[in-house]
Amino acid sequence: MAALGSSQNPYDAIVVGGGHNGLTAAAYLARAGKKVLVLERRHLVGGAAVTEEKYPGFRYSVCSYVVSLLRPWIIRDLNLTQHGLRLVPLECSYTPQPDGAGLCRWADPDKNRREIQRLSRKDADNYPEFGKLMGKLARFAKPFIDEVAPDPTSLAPSDLWQLKKAGDRFKELGDDLAALQFKLTTMGGVDFLREFFESDQLIAPMSCSGIIGTMLGVNSPGTAYVLLHHYMGEIDGSSRAWGFPIGGTGAVSEAIASSARSFGAEIRCEAPISKVRIKLGEVTGVVLENGDEIASRTVVSGCDPTLTFMRFVGEEHLPTDFATSLKRYKDRGSSGKVNLALDRFPEFKHRPGIGPHVMGDVAIAPSTDYLETAYDEAKYGTFSSRPFINVVFPSVLDPGMAPPGKHVMSCFVQYAPYDIATGPESWPEHREAFGDAVVDTLAEYMPTLKEDILHRQVLSPWDIQEEIGITEGNIFHGELGLEQLLFQRPTAGWARYKTPIQGLWLGSSGAHPGGGIMGSPGAMAVQEMLRTGAV
Amino acid sequence: MPRTTPFHSRTSALMESMAWKEWAGYAAACSFDAHSEREYFAIRQSAGLLDVTPLYKYDVTGPDAARFLSRVWTRDITKLKPGRVVYGCMCDGDGKVLDDGTITYLADEAFRVTSSEPWLGWYARHSRGMNVEIEDSTDRISALALQGPCSRDILREITDCDLDSMRFFGTAAGKIAGAEGRITRTGYTGDLGYELWMHNADAERVYDALLEAGKPYNMEPIGLDALDVSRIEAGFVLQGIDYVCAQRCLIEARKSTPEEAGLGWTVNLDREGWIGREALLRERESGPRWGLVGLELDWAELELLYEEYNLPPHLAPVACRSAVPVYTGGNKQVGQVTSSTWSPTLKKYLALGQVYAEHASIGSKLQVEYTVEFERRTVTATVVKRPFFDPERKTFTPNAQPKEGA
Repeated sequence: MAALGSSQNPYDAIVVGGGHNGLTAAAYLARAGKKVLVLERRHLVGGAAVTEEKYPGFRYSVCSYVVSLLRPWIIRDLNLTQHGLRLVPLECSYTPQPDGAGLCRWADPDKNRREIQRLSRKDADNYPEFGKLMGKLARFAKPFIDEVAPDPTSLAPSDLWQLKKAGDRFKELGDDLAALQFKLTTMGGVDFLREFFESDQLIAPMSCSGIIGTMLGVNSPGTAYVLLHHYMGEIDGSSRAWGFPIGGTGAVSEAIASSARSFGAEIRCEAPISKVRIKLGEVTGVVLENGDEIASRTVVSGCDPTLTFMRFVGEEHLPTDFATSLKRYKDRGSSGKVNLALDRFPEFKHRPGIGPHVMGDVAIAPSTDYLETAYDEAKYGTFSSRPFINVVFPSVLDPGMAPPGKHVMSCFVQYAPYDIATGPESWPEHREAFGDAVVDTLAEYMPTLKEDILHRQVLSPWDIQEEIGITEGNIFHGELGLEQLLFQRPTAGWARYKTPIQGLWLGSSGAHPGGGIMGSPGAMAVQEMLRTGAV
Repeated sequence: MPRTTPFHSRTSALMESMAWKEWAGYAAACSFDAHSEREYFAIRQSAGLLDVTPLYKYDVTGPDAARFLSRVWTRDITKLKPGRVVYGCMCDGDGKVLDDGTITYLADEAFRVTSSEPWLGWYARHSRGMNVEIEDSTDRISALALQGPCSRDILREITDCDLDSMRFFGTAAGKIAGAEGRITRTGYTGDLGYELWMHNADAERVYDALLEAGKPYNMEPIGLDALDVSRIEAGFVLQGIDYVCAQRCLIEARKSTPEEAGLGWTVNLDREGWIGREALLRERESGPRWGLVGLELDWAELELLYEEYNLPPHLAPVACRSAVPVYTGGNKQVGQVTSSTWSPTLKKYLALGQVYAEHASIGSKLQVEYTVEFERRTVTATVVKRPFFDPERKTFTPNAQPKEGA
């Protein structure tokens, strides 16, 4: 190992963590001609975007399960379709009721209108209007996620210029939309939606997008904002950034890794690091858990901020203000994941068959009260006995995920608070009870489900932390609450990927614009590094 | 009024959108649902089942069958081996393309030819004095295309043909759902896929068997809209759209030589005795006037163009068949785009078109007309290699026998 990082041949940058953002950062660095090494702790790349065969013949998207806002420009820059990225649109959002047909929200507007009319004719008419308004607001907000976050407290010309442009766009919105934008950023999801719709069966599933990955309820203020993310996916239009990846989310990571390698990046798995080596406030390399040291003056972290700074850097190297605000950073994972291998398709009681209604996501969110009650339990430190569940059947969209006629079922479950009353480390004792609650809930909609289960994988936030490495198992590397977004992600003053340690950059979901399979934090961190001449 | 194919009882029961269109006198499904997107993804991720009965089909038999076909088509059919299919084109005496299609070896001295136009008259004219019988089997034989990565696994369930050793452009006769039929490993999607040929009387039972066998793979019945997107991704030209059958053209300018229609690779000018060769030998001297090109539109530029109008980019969910002019940077028109589509798989905006030969080389930058908000603008397009999409599975054969002579 003597040649590693020797002075003749040092790495221009080391990327710590081979999750999708780390890989994206590596690809962009290599594309810019830099010599880059990715170090991944596990035996496979992808982080939370991995596909694993936990039961023979059945492939799970273990954690993250859909692609939300993977930026189209990243897909183009990195030639990801040539490297095997295949995204299939989700046809439908189905919300079953335990004793009724429930609601399917279809991509096709006419079909959708007829469906919503069954609940409320007014809502059916308001739905497209709402979509148009949200589309306009999403267009206003989109540059924020595709650009470095401007700091409103800064007087630097570049910040002022960005803020002026944002101001101009805001003015173009007009008074009504501007007012709506304010409401969106301050209101709870349910309240906001009630201004447009009367049917609780419609509002409930729509309000869910605001709570995913947070320890908030559908009525909590600030949860309306995340609705916008959904519509941002929509305005990427035919590029269909919102979809199911063929081969599971691991295939997205594989495509990015393949692109990175094609540009010359080196990726090493089973290479956990213990420390970022720092000398006089400057990065000098990394130390692996096996004691090897690899030199580089630049390290990009694809890990969450808490893990990066509190463990790999160490508080002793951090300015006290920074360390203090980092301690206030809310990781607090609130969700779990249950993956099932099924002997046959578990038919829904009131919409049998494998049709377009299961070729999207299925939300167990029968009413807003149901969702709020699920939150109530979590507030006091237990998992929801009847949780919000977002189900996808990957094998329906991609026959390669399970043997013919068999299926895999991916269930995102909220709430499963990291800080369970008996302490996070007691999660392993509650894990199977949590899995049972999820299966019991689902069986109310799919009566044969229990008989069809061949294998079950249950992941609590504790498991996500222990297996994937994300602090407190927060799927977004820290909540996507407004107070932790934009110029405050991860902390005020440090939202530009640069960190207080010279040579250390943060290019993970814990950086602007945040979590989900977007690729932006990794890509934009590198853009910022290149712009400032850091590599 | 269009007639219905023998599959109509089945396809019409599945049809939700009432979107039928005329194809060679038959009613053909455009898409079964309001949108063709799901059908498109079935082709690329599982399998799609398409009724292709309206293709013109001719069964050519007799001692002179191969010699006759070798005269009328650009391919040397005397060399076509048992168990093989070949794709080619037909030219008129001036070397202008009439049609393209496949020729399947059925048996000794027996072949089946497909085409997009009826050619019995042309065949009769050019078979005089030859010992050959030509039967228009279009209305007698039903045909299905089963296309997509799972097509082999599905088809294996209902046939005794050895699919695992059937190579790309291979064929075999055998039982399909218990009925006598023929399978060819051909298609119009650029993917792994097969076409099934059967007697009309067996059409429904084959269709039913495929629907059943396709269930575990989430196979979808598909229509022509989804096919159109996939054939552009595969870089295939469509007669009547990307080039026009010479016999239908009122003016010379509309006609294309094989080279100009992107079919030059099916032509062997060294072989003698086929219609159009002399004219094409002359073309070889002077070079073709046009080139058929694959173009990739610059999406970032397209987005900026929409941005000027304060709009998000919007694309029709189906392929576009209305021709638009192509210019050089200097605003001189040098050709036209004849088909274009957003590729959901490649996430690129693709087009096929004809441009003057001097602009047809790979890497050429051209300007394609693009209308936003009723205003005609242009977008930069680059000439790229065809096919745009070419998955390994298209030609991969699990139990491939080594080729003879290899």
